[in-house]
Amino acid sequence: MTDSAPSAVDEWSIRRIVRTMIPLLAALSVLQLVSGTVLETYEAVLLRHPALLVLVPVQIGTAGNLAAITCSRLTTQLYLGTYELSPSNPALRANAGAVFGLAATVFGAVGIAAWGIGLALGGSLALGRVLLISLVSGLCLAVLVVVASVAAVEVSYRVGLNPDDTTIPVVTNLCDIAGVLILFAVVSVVV
Amino acid sequence: MPGHDSARDIYRQAVPVITVSLIAGLFAGTILASDAMRANIAEVPGLLLLLPAFLATRGGVYGSLGARLSTGLHQGIIEPRFRLDRRITNAVVASFLNGMTVSVFIAVVTYATLVLFGDGGSLFQLVGVMVVAGFLSAVLMITVLIAVIFLGYRRGLDPDNVIGPVVTTLGDVFGVFFLLVGVAAVGAVS
Repeated sequence: MTDSAPSAVDEWSIRRIVRTMIPLLAALSVLQLVSGTVLETYEAVLLRHPALLVLVPVQIGTAGNLAAITCSRLTTQLYLGTYELSPSNPALRANAGAVFGLAATVFGAVGIAAWGIGLALGGSLALGRVLLISLVSGLCLAVLVVVASVAAVEVSYRVGLNPDDTTIPVVTNLCDIAGVLILFAVVSVVV
Repeated sequence: MPGHDSARDIYRQAVPVITVSLIAGLFAGTILASDAMRANIAEVPGLLLLLPAFLATRGGVYGSLGARLSTGLHQGIIEPRFRLDRRITNAVVASFLNGMTVSVFIAVVTYATLVLFGDGGSLFQLVGVMVVAGFLSAVLMITVLIAVIFLGYRRGLDPDNVIGPVVTTLGDVFGVFFLLVGVAAVGAVS
């Protein structure tokens, strides 16, 4: 390490960033194996229906996106003093409203696209089914994104950790895992 | 004003980036569902098992690099210039170390899980794939992230609204693609 003279609490020292994040990332990647195990369990179904395989990264990515936007905004609002844990807090309501609007738009489009790509790659799932799977799991995910982001920012702030370092890894990982779990809960009902 | 946007404002600002990342996600999905990747999934034990952890780590490592740079810019303690600065260099080196360490860790834990459930698999193959994929994504993510954040910030874009989509988009498309490269590279060596 080149960082030889750190000040008392240096938020930008390599050692501090690595020490804060490695245990967190390691723990979270072990948790991710839960959704990995679910994927492995459904390997045969996924290889048979390419449309569902297309949905996996989109589902995970979009959940992570929405979570990252929400967390990043809440953290900034926390520092600026406009955030407050209350259902009537305008900043909180605006964030939640936007997440639901975005989820409905995105997962509708995703359903149609995944159906088309799946068809091109030799799949046979009907449009209605792919769309239903995408929208139902997407909206469940939106609820989770909002609840988890608010909880993570609150906890991180109260425990005294910098929410910029902790909330995004925690919430995006949680939403990834839940995204796969929700997706396959819906798949096992619909397919 | 970051503190006073209505839901409609946030929606409008986020839709373009989310759409871009959606299209990229569909690309990632298409690579994942392609014949080549489906053959890999069927042949390499553990590939599907490590996929979510691998993709998520990209988000965790480089998302927090982005958030850190963004906060630094907002606080005025770093400047959006492409030159050697102790804070920026540290943040970059730390995220590279984090990315590589966790990639290898994931390979080992995946192998352990496979052994535990008696599914077989090769430690050399898994570690090799993750080192190749982890390294390629670190180089790409760090370069693009810094470029996007600095250039965006100079043009008045709030990095907080952009980091997430940029990170997940690139992370997923190139993550899946680099996995494919990793499998090919390890296959060529062994």
